[in-house]
Amino acid sequence: MMALEISMEGIEARARDLGVVLSAVDLEAVALPAGEDFGIISDDEEILRDDDPMELEMGFANIVVVDNLPIQRRHGYSFIEYNTPQEAELAREKTNGYKLDKSHIFAVNMFDDFDKYIKVPDEWMPAEIKPYTPGENLQKWLTDEKARDQFVIRAGTVSEVYWNDARQKMPELVFQKQYWTDSFIQWSPFGTYLATVHRQGSQVWGGDDKFERLMRFVHQQVKLIDFSPGEKYLVSYSSHEPSNPRDTHRVVINIFDVRTGKVMRDFKGSADEFSASGNISVSGVSWPIFRWGGGKDDKYFARLGKNLISVYETETFSLLDKKSLKIENVVDFCWSPTDPIIALFVPELGGGNQPARVGLVQIPGKEEIRQKNLFSVSDCKMYWQNSGEYLAVQVDRYTKTKKSTYTGFELFRIKERDIPIEVLELDNKNDKIIAFAWEPKGHRFAVIHGDGPKPDISFYTMRTANNINRVSKLTTLKSKQANALFWSPGGHFIVFAGLKGFNGQLEFYNVDELETMSAGEHFMATDIMWDPTGRYLASAVTSVHEMENGFQIWSFSGKQLYKVSKDHFYQFMWRPRPPQLLTAEKEEEISKNLRSYSKKYEQEDQDAFNQLSEQERKRRKQLQEEWVGWVSKWKQLHEEDRAYRMELRDGEASDEEEEYEAKEVEVEEVVDVTEEVVAFDLDQE
Amino acid sequence: MRPILMKGHERPLTFLRYNRDGDLLFSCAKDHTPNVWFADNGDRLGTYRGHNGAVWTCDVSRDSTRLITGSADQTAKLWDVQTGQELFTFRFDAPARSVEFSIGDGLAVITTDNFMDNVPTAQVKRITEDPDDQSEESLLVITGIKGRINRAVWGPLNRTIITAGEDATVRIWDTETGKCLKESDKEQGHQKAISSLSKSADWSHFLTGSLDKTAKLWDTRTMTLIKTYVTERPVNAVDISPLLDHVVIGGGQDAMNVTMTDRRAGKFEAKFFHKILQEEIGGVKGHFGPINALVFNPDGRSFSSGGEDGYKTVFSEAASSIIVV
Repeated sequence: MMALEISMEGIEARARDLGVVLSAVDLEAVALPAGEDFGIISDDEEILRDDDPMELEMGFANIVVVDNLPIQRRHGYSFIEYNTPQEAELAREKTNGYKLDKSHIFAVNMFDDFDKYIKVPDEWMPAEIKPYTPGENLQKWLTDEKARDQFVIRAGTVSEVYWNDARQKMPELVFQKQYWTDSFIQWSPFGTYLATVHRQGSQVWGGDDKFERLMRFVHQQVKLIDFSPGEKYLVSYSSHEPSNPRDTHRVVINIFDVRTGKVMRDFKGSADEFSASGNISVSGVSWPIFRWGGGKDDKYFARLGKNLISVYETETFSLLDKKSLKIENVVDFCWSPTDPIIALFVPELGGGNQPARVGLVQIPGKEEIRQKNLFSVSDCKMYWQNSGEYLAVQVDRYTKTKKSTYTGFELFRIKERDIPIEVLELDNKNDKIIAFAWEPKGHRFAVIHGDGPKPDISFYTMRTANNINRVSKLTTLKSKQANALFWSPGGHFIVFAGLKGFNGQLEFYNVDELETMSAGEHFMATDIMWDPTGRYLASAVTSVHEMENGFQIWSFSGKQLYKVSKDHFYQFMWRPRPPQLLTAEKEEEISKNLRSYSKKYEQEDQDAFNQLSEQERKRRKQLQEEWVGWVSKWKQLHEEDRAYRMELRDGEASDEEEEYEAKEVEVEEVVDVTEEVVAFDLDQE
Repeated sequence: MRPILMKGHERPLTFLRYNRDGDLLFSCAKDHTPNVWFADNGDRLGTYRGHNGAVWTCDVSRDSTRLITGSADQTAKLWDVQTGQELFTFRFDAPARSVEFSIGDGLAVITTDNFMDNVPTAQVKRITEDPDDQSEESLLVITGIKGRINRAVWGPLNRTIITAGEDATVRIWDTETGKCLKESDKEQGHQKAISSLSKSADWSHFLTGSLDKTAKLWDTRTMTLIKTYVTERPVNAVDISPLLDHVVIGGGQDAMNVTMTDRRAGKFEAKFFHKILQEEIGGVKGHFGPINALVFNPDGRSFSSGGEDGYKTVFSEAASSIIVV
């Protein structure tokens, strides 16, 4: 009541100011228009509750009910409470249906399930069909007028999406949110969705211009997520601490349909079952556990097991032909990026009696279409070219003494008849391979090889003008400070980077002309990422170390465009683009007539540049004028104080400015002397 | 532009000050003994012996006769500039962090640290012409600030005192009443401890440097924020060019991290910014430790920097190759 009175006084005062006679106003007639709240949200409105993301009811999920206990009473059942719902679930699985004796078979159920099934209506009701609501245009960002690309960064507690505005030499903010994710963020492979990860599960966001939540995927304590290449499915993984420390961790994997949010399949088990045979690392798994194959159709996914590879198909989400691929001792496999072909590697057995083997298996037929036996192998790595035309197998072999290893390559031409294989050895067989990378959409590859701090970089091509089926070397660049290779997504250009230990040296190289375009440095850079079009390159220093955090944007030819510093910088990720819709012929035609197309854009670039410099000039002029205005005001005040200032200085007549002017000439001469004297001091620096 | 490297201090530099004519440079360091140098050739003119702790700060009178120093030995001392003779000692219960003579040199403001149970203070002392008449009595004691006061300077006409320090706030105090008149805005102001404060030649504005990696320019009268300069390192030292529209900002990572990384990583450069456009226009390298002190010669044609490495460098801008925009 007090508050009301005070506010009434305020109203009366205001009414007097405005010349309104309060008594003449019919207060009853004043009403808010329907639906208007002046932006003040009432406590009980839906919107407030909606602000709290992913609040899920824990309920009694950690309680099981055990029935049929051998007790001489009316009710032979008990309730058991566990620490976590996962433990309760495990207990239910292990003990339900357990035969204690003839008449006592345990019936173990989750407490929550009773509630759930009681609620099921007895009579079937036709499902309610919701009216169609048009969704947002999830591909809006692709229609940007300036054809810019987006990227997302995560620094401190804030995640931000920006346009890369290379013309303006700065990023333009699209969307920003604090505490958007609990651990990391990730784009889907076509850039449609942005996934965030929380304690209770993961979420995907996307839309027209704001990032709206599109779907939630409930998965308690989710650690890792992975999209299928066609972004139809999302795989999430969690690992749970066992209650008994001697037990292994319990792993839960869910596969969701991204659009409907439905769980298509879940896998549960101990961590051992899910770690690839032999290499149980500290984290327990090598992610992704499920590797997607068959190109962008998301038709198959597979997982490595002990002596087998389990291939699942997404039509039924069950094992292909209801059984796994049995391969003794298989240790590694990978899918072709475009076709349903699995490349797999089996190491040597029986001390060399049975050779190591690399095989190619066609799915769904499961027939081995090519196989190669290899001798004295210590390790093997497989690299697919991104359009699935070539497979390079890097083979480390023991020398005769078995004391050291040397490296060679087996190159498969997948698209040719019978899949011919070529063997490639480096000029110096003993060189260590530091990095290998195929040219995207191309027929070339680059290798960093050598020992010591300055390795060499070699380029090879799978076709030459006169001999189309022969691998040949293009060139070797000697002594480069590089340990990583980054091909432009469009091919033709490559960046050699010396990351981490090499302090962030970057070299931009044109492979068509075999010449260096430019060299740069992003001191202490940890990550390099091309934008999906191959026009720009981002180099970043993430919070691996504390200093220098932030990112820089470069043009494809190595011109530094702009730099942004951010403390606690965790992630930088370009928004991927969906695959090209143009046919190969059309693309060829465009690149042939590039000149006529580019004219228009060059003009636009020039206009933007002119406009920018004009704006900059104006801004500078304005700042200068503001400053001059401010200074002249000050000068006036300063002048007024002059008499008093003199008094403070015991009547010293000169005011500082005049005196200072008079001395200027003298000082200049002194400076000349200084230059001579210093000369020998320089060496000591 | 040629640097003069002056080696005389055995410990990190803490503070630098030119006299009004710009021919003498006074330097303070953690090695107890302030020095005075010829500014034009870097020759050492003399030392002021008597302190028994790191010397944090100094100021020289307008006629270059008196020097006042503040030290970690919990004293501030008055010196005869010419003879190096110690004239008077002000004793405190805590280290003296900052000293400055007023207009007319009749007063001095001295700040003391929050040390043991003492609260930090800024005290005004009368400075007499004849050292024999000098007393330790304070005319005014300003208290009520949390955290160390790193700088206290006089405002126009000695009517105000401006303080800045660890609580990231700049305050203007009335010298008559000892009341706080204005406080820097929490939102706009610094987010971490303010390490340095420097006035423009005409006292119309002043620049503060902070560990939040920015330096900010303020209006001396209204305490409004005029400009902000963003750097990549904690700022330890700042100064405003008396000649051109430039400011110089120095700093670096913490001394404890320096040895662990590459020299370039530390960013031990003195960075120049355009005062009005807030754009970085150049940098001067030369130190291999964080910069603790930066000061322009009053003629604006050279500046000195002092670093954690114990060297002090005078850069003369005669050629002004980097400086001219």
